[in-house]
Amino acid sequence: MKITEETVEYVAGLARLLLSADEKKMMSDQMGDILEYMDKLNSLDTRDILPMEHLERASNVFREDSVVKSFDRDKILANAPDKEEGAFKVPRIVD
Amino acid sequence: MDYEVVIGLEIHVELATKSKIFCGCTTEFGGEVNTHCCPVCTSMPGTLPVMNEKAVEFAVKAGLAMNCEIAEFSKMDRKNYFYPDLPKAYQISQFDLPICKGGYVDIDINGKMKRIGITRIHIEEDAGKLIHDPHGKGSLVDYNRCGVPLIEIVSEPDMSSPEEARKYFEKVRSILQYTGVSDCRMQEGSIRADVNLSLRPAGSTKLGTRTEMKNLNSFRSVFNAAESEIKRQSGILRQGGRVGQETRRWDDDAGKSFPMRNKEEAHDYRYFPEPDLVPIILTKERIDAYRESLPELPWKRFARYTEEMGIPGYDAGIITASVKTSDFFEEAVKYGADAKTAANWIMGDLMRLMNDAGTEDIPFGGKMLAELADLIGQGRISNNIAKTVLSEMFATGGTPSFIVKEKGLEVVSDRDELARIVDKVISHNKKSVEDYMGGKEKAMGFLMGQVMRETGGKANPTMVKAMLADGLKKAMEP
Repeated sequence: MKITEETVEYVAGLARLLLSADEKKMMSDQMGDILEYMDKLNSLDTRDILPMEHLERASNVFREDSVVKSFDRDKILANAPDKEEGAFKVPRIVD
Repeated sequence: MDYEVVIGLEIHVELATKSKIFCGCTTEFGGEVNTHCCPVCTSMPGTLPVMNEKAVEFAVKAGLAMNCEIAEFSKMDRKNYFYPDLPKAYQISQFDLPICKGGYVDIDINGKMKRIGITRIHIEEDAGKLIHDPHGKGSLVDYNRCGVPLIEIVSEPDMSSPEEARKYFEKVRSILQYTGVSDCRMQEGSIRADVNLSLRPAGSTKLGTRTEMKNLNSFRSVFNAAESEIKRQSGILRQGGRVGQETRRWDDDAGKSFPMRNKEEAHDYRYFPEPDLVPIILTKERIDAYRESLPELPWKRFARYTEEMGIPGYDAGIITASVKTSDFFEEAVKYGADAKTAANWIMGDLMRLMNDAGTEDIPFGGKMLAELADLIGQGRISNNIAKTVLSEMFATGGTPSFIVKEKGLEVVSDRDELARIVDKVISHNKKSVEDYMGGKEKAMGFLMGQVMRETGGKANPTMVKAMLADGLKKAMEP
């Protein structure tokens, strides 16, 4: 399956990536290869195989609903590039 | 051309767990900015989420109460988007294998039952809150709500008027409160609805283009937003235009909606299975145990109230609409209040007090209403005085007998004291006494009223009546 450069640009946009022309070309080739491999898998007869919904074989790992002390705010904010009035500060968001 | 309205609701509900969905931070509302946070809910690198078992239990109970099929196998997925309310740049949610599917809720529309389908209920995490910086330079983010467990209840597009949308929203909220799944505090945003609405030519079966209005947190705003959107869309269609598929923000104060700037190019969330959380497998036994633990739901109580207790359907509907009111009623009856009397007090004075105070909470238990009714039954206070006592109970939370004693509201049955007052009233109201002697029976009522006034409404009416009759008879004798 061919992946066009438009598709690469679209996906890169969703992931907030800026790609050079060379990188776009490389990505479209690599993504195409991956999908081609998927097509190969599709040619296999999987009628008797249960779908794998999850990679993990374990299930039901739960925690009890009990409250533990939260962190000090200073610690939570320690690595924030910008903060104000106890909050993380980010570039202005408009809806 | 006539148009038909098609409405579907997505309802987000914060679950009543004590701790967040993937970490032990408290879910308590309020609190200083970013003080209910830890490395997990602020998505620090290297942290791992662990599912809160109670969140799963609540989601299943909500599903069972709404007649859903519970998935024996379900899993969490990542929903990817960039928005600073989610520090991971994805929300952990459920995509193709939600925990509940295919249920329904019945609503009452002018005495007729209408069934609204539930497509699915899934578990997800709530996002943080953006506070717009007053200085306008940036946005501030508070992650206290980030990671609070939510369920999203997605309905079928089965509603065909704003009224049906409101009724459905009310019913879902009531069910969630009954099951204890959520406290559903609207002003705290713990339940909110997105309204999906489209129009189509009457009789057509093809759906028109829909718009979505987000985060409506009151019954009234769901109704108003739907009504306004119907006007807006029909205006466009009548002029031969086309409705654009978009997300709109409803402004309650302005009474209209505005298009929202697109958060993300299309809704391309690139879901994939969450590798940090293992699947949830629910055995039949476990699901049955959750089912067994469900409390009696509103429609069952309604049936019991109307069929066994003789409460009128209208009253039973209002009392069962809120689990708090319904529990209060049950307690009053349990402690000996007559069901109809208790219902009358709730429907009348108590509802008025609650409305005036703008609250759904009753500051005392049903036992206190039973005690009040008992005081009336024993003839220790009059019905009118009881109203005063109830207001006082509502204001102070004091017990009825304490208030009656403290305020000296008990019925005056002291024969000597009453005799003194009756004599006084007879001697001060010559005109009425003459009227009575002249055959005007009504004058008796006036004299009764005077005695009541003298005693602040506390005189024992049976005694006063007899004593007045006696006194007047004496006055008639030469």
